Order: sequence, then structure tokens, then C-alpha cells
Amino acid sequence: MSTRLNVRKTYKLYIGGEFPRTESGRYYAVRGKGGELLANACRGSRKDLRNAVVAARKAQPGWSGKTAYNRGQVLYRIAEVCEARANELVDELRKAGSSAAEARKEIDAVIDRWVYYAGWSDKYPQVFGSVNPVAGPYYNFTVPEPTGVVAVIAPEDPALLGLVSRIAPAIVGGNTVVAVTSESRPLAAITLAEAFANSDVPGGVINLVSGMKSELVPWLAAHMDVNALDTTGVASDALPGVQKTAAENVKRVVHFDSALGFDDARLSQGPYAIFDFQESKTVWHPMGM
Amino acid sequence: MTTTTELETRERLTPGPASSSVVWEYAPSLEATDHVKVASRYNLFIGGKFVEPHSKKWFETINPATEERLSEVAEADGEDVDRAVREARRAYDKTWRKIPASERAKYIYRIARLIQEKSRALAVVETMDGGKPIKESRDIDIPLAAAHFFYYAGWADKLEYAFPNRTVSPVGVAGQVIPWNFPLLMAAWKLAPALAAGNTVVLKPAETTPLTALMLAEIIQEAELPPGVVNILTGAGGTGAALVSHNDVDKIAFTGSTEVGKRIQRALAGTKKKLTLELGGKAPNIVFEDAPLDQAVEGIINGIYFNQGHVCCAGSRLFVQESVLEPIIRKLGERIQTLRVGNPLDKNTDVGAINSRAQLERIQELVDSGVEEGAEMVQTSCALPSRGFWFAPTFFTGVSQSYRIAQEEIFGPVLSVLTFRTPEEALEKANNTPYGLSAGVWTEKGSRILKMAQKLRAGVIWANTYNKFDPTSPFGGYKESGFGREGGLHGLAPYVVLS
Repeated sequence: MSTRLNVRKTYKLYIGGEFPRTESGRYYAVRGKGGELLANACRGSRKDLRNAVVAARKAQPGWSGKTAYNRGQVLYRIAEVCEARANELVDELRKAGSSAAEARKEIDAVIDRWVYYAGWSDKYPQVFGSVNPVAGPYYNFTVPEPTGVVAVIAPEDPALLGLVSRIAPAIVGGNTVVAVTSESRPLAAITLAEAFANSDVPGGVINLVSGMKSELVPWLAAHMDVNALDTTGVASDALPGVQKTAAENVKRVVHFDSALGFDDARLSQGPYAIFDFQESKTVWHPMGM
Repeated sequence: MTTTTELETRERLTPGPASSSVVWEYAPSLEATDHVKVASRYNLFIGGKFVEPHSKKWFETINPATEERLSEVAEADGEDVDRAVREARRAYDKTWRKIPASERAKYIYRIARLIQEKSRALAVVETMDGGKPIKESRDIDIPLAAAHFFYYAGWADKLEYAFPNRTVSPVGVAGQVIPWNFPLLMAAWKLAPALAAGNTVVLKPAETTPLTALMLAEIIQEAELPPGVVNILTGAGGTGAALVSHNDVDKIAFTGSTEVGKRIQRALAGTKKKLTLELGGKAPNIVFEDAPLDQAVEGIINGIYFNQGHVCCAGSRLFVQESVLEPIIRKLGERIQTLRVGNPLDKNTDVGAINSRAQLERIQELVDSGVEEGAEMVQTSCALPSRGFWFAPTFFTGVSQSYRIAQEEIFGPVLSVLTFRTPEEALEKANNTPYGLSAGVWTEKGSRILKMAQKLRAGVIWANTYNKFDPTSPFGGYKESGFGREGGLHGLAPYVVLS
């Protein structure tokens, strides 16, 4: 009796709602805990990043122009699709070295985080907006608006919960994201991208590039069409250089201290994480008859 | 081929000074200065006392309207910065963060009241040291400075209501570097929220406008703030750089040029310091054909000539819908002829002196580039004083988007006029800049105002008004105009740590 040969999965990038191979044609070996080969991941290039930023910029007006209610439903839909694919995502984390219990816990947290931020979509503007009692005959209000294109460097570990904890608050606020995945454990993120592609997230709202952070991060930090940079997954010795580069177009640089962990919801999620990727706009208008 | 109609339009668009100038005579109405005492020399304000600088160097500060010496102020070096930061740290640890927040509030209220009591003297010195018209320092700068302290004083014991579900703590010692265009007001914008949130401060006023900050130091003494809570160091760029890079400063707040802002952001890379930047701008002021044109012209004038155009949010790019270009240009040409340029201490004066020779040269250089690149220049025909630094209110027509005068911040009384046909084109052109501090919109159509306000990528939108400020109203930029907000509840965020 012959055993059936399994069909392996090819892990690619996720850019503009599609799954292209890296234009560089390069790969790197992703290995499990015991050093066994898990897959050959794309070793993304700066050209891939540029394509991702173009896709993110193109998607930004449409995404931020959707109603808050609609954005909330899209995020909630991600949670639904993740729930349906939970076993697949758990398997990815187990292959990468997590125990069954750890993997299940992380995926549960990932799903719950999407639900949590889905609910913020039509609430954070009321928490962070204001009507300002100016001393004069003017109507004056302040509203939060998305910063624009946000680059997120995902932490190495937890590869999936770390990524989701940083991109969810960015996109619920109307930003579009280019994320560099965990270098050592990129596969689960690419599988998660299949959930994005099968939910209602418009192409280009979330873009994922795998590869060597040392190659990719400096280019993202320098990119003039990136408005904000989340350095959570940047190694501490590389951080000063990245921060320095980011000053070239006065990027907003946000850093979440991974040492705090991503399990404690009070520390690792909240509306302040949304507000980190918002600009405050104040509008004045005279009042009169 | 040029048609006759185009030629005629072109001629009408460029009113020469002779065609529309009406010379208005005004009897001088000088603000009294005899009640104001400016010391012949000021030292550094460190640890609650005025102390001599380590360098034993002082530099002159002059009246830019007369080039006369007003006083001399100390030049703080790295040693002085270190001394001031140590005093600020000690005050932070020993007193300021320990006293009840309600007491902190009362100190800040005292500052507000003392500014109100001394408002006329402060206004006179502000005008003499910086060149701005007395009616602006008297009616805008100084009252707003007092209002800022009054507003933030009240926050001191209410911070837990500003940041729901978080514990609020001060950041520590704040280093603050402010510009020369609104000297006392910028000091108030920086100090008031920092103090209310429980921080102590080392403040560096601008090189050319140190005097009202030093008068504020005297007010802080008179208010009996604990020594070291506020320290004020005069000096030039080197003093600011030493403050920014000092290891024991926890937070930097800077208002100034984008170029220096980027330098500071780079300098802070790899540190744990919090940073807010309020940088340059090249604001669009957009006039639609349905706008009340006379009001719009007043708004354009106020938008660009207020404070000699030394305003980061100045409406320096005017976008006029083509159908009303002719009347707007005509009215603008007439209106600038009535601007009273001259002695800043004269209560009639609309446009005062340029803040410094260096700034005057920068303005002249950019204006020359506008002429060279082919724009048509319109200037007031008013006589300018022979001494001091002056620049006649100016606007350019026939400006292309690529000209330097349409792209670079001039920071002077110089307006570039551009045109558009559709709202989409206006937005496209208005947003086509690395800056994003402010914008103006003039139209009678409410829905258009709201849509434009939403689509303009700028932190402050003035609709059917311009250059309005209030302590309750958050102010700050998008993109390369910086990050962080000053004013309102939002203005507290840079000065707190949430846990």
C-alpha cells in the first residue's frame, strides 16, 4: 500500500491583496526547534518593501474613508475567519516550536484581540476627540485621523500575537500597514495573511514582507512615504540607527516594550495604542447669524 | 498665441502701486514706555536665583525696529545647562512632584495672575525686543500667555480625568526650546502643561528675544515657586543643543524650523527621552468662488501679514478659484496699500519690524528667487524706516507650484498666489507639500467646509477665519510639521507617563 505524498505549502509575501514571490528571487530556510527545515520563506527585498508601501498608500484613502462601523465589521470578520482557521494557525505555531497549549493560547489571544479592536472602531474618536470651549464666537473641535502608512516591525516572539497586537490598533484607526514579520518564525504570519485575503480586508490595507530585518528595516525607516514606524520588533542594538533614519521625514516612532509581554491585555492592548497612530486635527469655524 | 482678453486680464491682475495706492496719514499714537524697566544686564535663572553664566559671557539683545541695544543677556554653556538640569532634578524629586496637585495648581494660577497684572510692561518689552506691533503683543500674545497658564493650572489636580483607565505620572525634567516669533506665548505653551503635569523645566528662549522670558523668571520668583521648578537659560543654538543632549533630561519639546527639528529627532535616537516637535509650515489658504470675498481678503491679510508673517502656520500659499481671481487680486492689491508698516510701538501699526537681520536676508533671498523664477511681485508702496529691519508686505501672482516661493517656508510677509478650478484640484495642490501644520478654507457652503477640513492633511483648519488660537484648542502638525499637540487636553499627553 502506498502512502500518499503530502502537498507542501509555498510561503510567499502578501502585498496589495496578492501573494507574490519576492521579486529578488531569494529565499531563506526557516527551521523548527530541532533545526529541521520547515519551509523556504521569501527573503524579501527593498523592492518588495517599495511595492508594499505603494500598495499601502494606494489603499489608504479608501480604507480611512470607510465608515467606522464598516471598519469594525471588517476587523470582526478577521476574527471570524481566524476562528475557523484556528487549527491551522495552531499547527503553524506548533511546528515553529510552541507546545500545543501555548499555541492554542496564543491563537485564542489573537482572535480575541481582533474582536477587541473591532469594537474600538467607532468609539476611540469619542474618547480622543473633543469640542473645545474657546474664548470666542467659534465652534472648535478636534478629531483623531489616521497618520497614514504605518510600518510595523513585528517582534520575533510571540510571532503571531506580537504582529497582531501591533497591526490591529493601526488599521482600526484607518491606517494601512506594511509589516515585516518575525524573522525566525515568519510562517504563521503568512498563513494569517490567507485569513486576511479571505475576509473583507481590502487589498493593500495589510501588507506582509518576510526576510532579514537587518536588510529590510533600514529601508522602511528611510522610506519618505511611510508616516509612522513601529519599532517593537527591532533589536535593541539596531534601534538607535533606525530611530535616527526615521527622522528624515519626521516619522512618528512608536515602540512597545516586548518585555512587558503580550498576554496581559491591560498592558498590551487599549485605545492608547490606536491613538499612537493618529493625528489630531482641530477645526475652527465662526458662529454667527 | 496670446489673445487680447488674456492680455487684459494679465494687466488687471498686476496692479502697480501707483494705480491703486491711497496714502493714508495717521497721527502717531505711541505706546508709553516710561513705566517699563529693562535691566542693563540679565543673568541666568537657575535654582530660583539669577546667577552669572559659567562662560562669563553676555550678548546684546537689540530692538529690531531701531537696531538699538536693549540689554545684554547671559550665554549659557554646557556647565550652566548641567547646573540647571541638576536644580530641576532636585526640585522634581524634593518638591514639585511631592506637593499636592491642588497646590501645584495654585502656583500656576499665580503665574497667570502676575502676567495679567504686568501685561502692559510685558507687551511693551515683547514689542521692543521682537519687533511685533504693540497691538498684537498687547491684545494677543500676552493675554493668551496668561490664559494658557490659567487653563493648565486647573488641570494639575484633574489629570486622572484626562487619561481614562490609566495611572498618570509626570515625565520628570523637561527641556524646552522655543522660537522668537511669539516669545512669551511660546514659553507659556511649553511651561504651563509641563508644570501642571508635575514636571520641572529648563527653558531656553530664542537668541533674539530673551527679555520677556527673563521677566517671566522674575514673575516665577514673585509667585514663590519652589527654586528649580523653572530654570531659564539664555543663549544661542549651542545652548539648545546642550540642553537637548543632556543625559538627565527626560523630555524635549521644541518649536522651530523643520531642519532643526529633524536634527533634534536624530540626536535623541537611542535615548528614552520623549519628544514633541512643532515645526515649519507652508499653509494653503483656499478661497472658493462662493466665499464672502471681502471677509476672505481680510482673512488672507491676517493669514500672511500677522506678526510680519513670522508665523509657522501663516497662510503663505493662497489658492484662489479661477473665477474669482480677478476680484481677489484687485482687492488684495488695494488692501495691502492700507497696511500701516512702521514703528511697532505705534498703536496704529499693522506690520512691524522683521525680527533680525538674518531673517530679513532670508526673506529677501527667497523673494529674489520668486522674481527670478518669473512670478510677478506686488508690494506696498509705503515708506519704510531707514534704520532697523523692514520688509514691505508683498504678494506674488503667476506663481507655479514648483517655484521656491511656493514650496519653502519664507517666514516673512510674503504671499504666493496660485489658482485652481475644482475642489479636488485645490486639495491636490494644497496637500502637495511635506508640511502639514495648518490650512484655511473660505466658502459659504457648509458641506464643502467639512469635506475640505477632512481631506486637508494639516493639524489645524481655519474655516472662514484664520490664525485663531486658544489654550483649550489643540495645535500641532501632520507630516514634517512635527508631532504632538499643544493646547487643550491633548497638550497634556507629552508631559505624562501612563501606566
